[in-house]
Amino acid sequence: MADDPNFSSSRRKFLGGAAVAGGALASGKLVHAQAAGPDPLITELQPWQQYLGPGVDAAPYGMPSPFEAHVVRRNVPWLTADAVSSVNFTPLHELEGIITPNGLCFERHHGGVAEIDPGMHRLMINGLVDNPLVFTMEDLLRFPRENRTYFLECAANTGMEWRGAQLNGCQFTHGMIHNVVYTGVPLRLLLEEAGLRTNAAWVLPEGADAAAMTRSVPLEKAMDDCLVAFAMNGERLRPEQGYPIRLVVPGWEGNMWVKWLRRIEVGDEPWHHREETSKYTDLLEDGQARRFTWEMDAKSVITNPSPQAPITHGPGPTVITGVAWSGRGTIPRVDVSLDGGANWVQARMSGPSLDKSMHRFYYEFDWDGRPLLLQSRAHDSTGYVQPTKDQLREIRGENSIYHNNSIQTWAIDETGQAENVEVG
Amino acid sequence: MKKILLSASALVMGFSLVALAQENPAPSRDGGYGLGRTALPEEIAAWDIDIRPDGAGLPVGEGDVWTGEEAYVDYCSACHGDFGEAVGRWPVLSGGFGSLDGEDPVKTMGSYWPYLSTAWDYIHRAMPYGAAQSLEDDEVYAILAYLLYLNEVVEDDFVLSNENFAEIALRNEDGFFLDNRAEVELPLFSQEPCMTDCSDPVEITMRAAVLDVTPETEGEEVAAEEAAVVEEEAMPEAAGPDPELVAAGEAVYRRCSTCHQIGEGAVNRTGPLLNGIYMATAGTREGFRYSPAMSGAGEDGLIWDVKPSPLI
Repeated sequence: MADDPNFSSSRRKFLGGAAVAGGALASGKLVHAQAAGPDPLITELQPWQQYLGPGVDAAPYGMPSPFEAHVVRRNVPWLTADAVSSVNFTPLHELEGIITPNGLCFERHHGGVAEIDPGMHRLMINGLVDNPLVFTMEDLLRFPRENRTYFLECAANTGMEWRGAQLNGCQFTHGMIHNVVYTGVPLRLLLEEAGLRTNAAWVLPEGADAAAMTRSVPLEKAMDDCLVAFAMNGERLRPEQGYPIRLVVPGWEGNMWVKWLRRIEVGDEPWHHREETSKYTDLLEDGQARRFTWEMDAKSVITNPSPQAPITHGPGPTVITGVAWSGRGTIPRVDVSLDGGANWVQARMSGPSLDKSMHRFYYEFDWDGRPLLLQSRAHDSTGYVQPTKDQLREIRGENSIYHNNSIQTWAIDETGQAENVEVG
Repeated sequence: MKKILLSASALVMGFSLVALAQENPAPSRDGGYGLGRTALPEEIAAWDIDIRPDGAGLPVGEGDVWTGEEAYVDYCSACHGDFGEAVGRWPVLSGGFGSLDGEDPVKTMGSYWPYLSTAWDYIHRAMPYGAAQSLEDDEVYAILAYLLYLNEVVEDDFVLSNENFAEIALRNEDGFFLDNRAEVELPLFSQEPCMTDCSDPVEITMRAAVLDVTPETEGEEVAAEEAAVVEEEAMPEAAGPDPELVAAGEAVYRRCSTCHQIGEGAVNRTGPLLNGIYMATAGTREGFRYSPAMSGAGEDGLIWDVKPSPLI
């Protein structure tokens, strides 16, 4: 079966059989499907039942089943000039729960992935401190640590959709986000170690990569909940996520979470560097631009069904699911609409409700085979409700690129195919 | 009634326990942990390269427009074009004036960036692409002088230095304001929303499938690629080049890869693709516009063997 190039189509055929059950349900009488004849997958001995499989250590670092080989990050080549300074996208439609596997966390680099021997890495704290310090990785691992679950969303996530429905798949429209458990040292402890001068008001984290990435972060945030993380989901950071250490800036745009962190300068004013002037400023319709738009507004998206994950089973019991998050708190509620926003029902929240983390929602119903216009709408713990595209455009125009947290619409047709659309 | 109240408070307790599990902070310690060591002045000098709008961090130096043009052509024009007009999807560096409130804003240093210091800092820390921090301070001043000239901020006899740096103002310095979502958006988007009969039946007004810019997803394509890889691996290993040398070459090649692609799917970019380059005739890559010098060298019989080429 592993070598069967028709696997995906045979799976579709198999799933197609379930449509019979759905049809029976739609008629109001609950009758299970009947097989035309005995299923050889049951009546015949299969190789995996008979022959021994690989032993332990066949894959010393385990990999997903080969049947999940399609579950990968994906790039949109036309978006950028060069894959070295580019982005790929988390396959949200293939994931469950709230934790993103490390190998699927979207990547965004400005000078490629820096490959750093942790023994050769240094973190410096300088500027408005009593004692400028240098830490080795060994030093950092002797500080108290915290474990926190946070989403990391690129400010440009969904940026391609400002002017309308562009990309077919929530991987591409909403996949510049991931959600993991970080283990790290509170930045507060490192700054306290160096001793802050009284006029300290900002910090400038800097990366050790070829882009030497920098962002200005207000000291208040740095002392509140920022972490210098060295692990995610229980293992050391992946190189593409900033190995050996990165900054974690909960709830704020991903660009501030400087990877391959090598230096933190303390200052009394912001630096207005490239990423906070020429990029990551939100241009409005009148030509004026917002700057320092750090917090990510509440947002949600239906991951299944969606254009890359159509309904294949025909009418009958259907599970709608998606994720929601807010940079300002938790998500107590998500609403779902099947008719493009005319009528709404509350979805069922499932799994932990953690601050500035992804939340999973479900809505189960019997699909009668009619076309649907699916939408989801997140409410966060501050009372903020995710706006429509038009509401957001009324204030921001269509040129701001960043911070598009508007409601997404998927059109489902009679065959279960899904498409990214706009409604009016 | 009492029972209901009890379960409600139990619920609240449950939530606060969840919150506590996430929020329990690591302890500070009076006097610190005594970890790390004092950074030496020369170490701070080596890494403390950032520049601020008020000029803080700026080194002593200067550069004029025409010296800047020469350096720009050498280091920048392959991606950004001879006049900042950009090649392919690399950033445009000049013009765009008055475009910010239009349908297609062009955000350049001249049209959008608020401060000159941002450009000095960025060029100095991250450019040229693939050879970061290789420019001398005077080269950075000169390239910036040329960019200011391209953006019609200065005349062609201008010399930029640390002394006149603070006098240069960019066009859009006043085009920014602090995030005002808390006042403008949060009240508007924090109202209990409509749940039923919220609008007339809606219609689809735009379809992504019509635009058709989504990359194709083909499971079978992936399977075919995998099969090809397996096949390659199964081939008996011929006596090949020294693997250590190959690895070292790979590291060095990163500097070339900005302009030259190699391997599966490689295409001509700023430079021609390099697949099959060994023992090929110079200047013959199909679809690439060579300089007259390179085409001529090829016509004269230049072959890419292991000898150093007079043209590189």
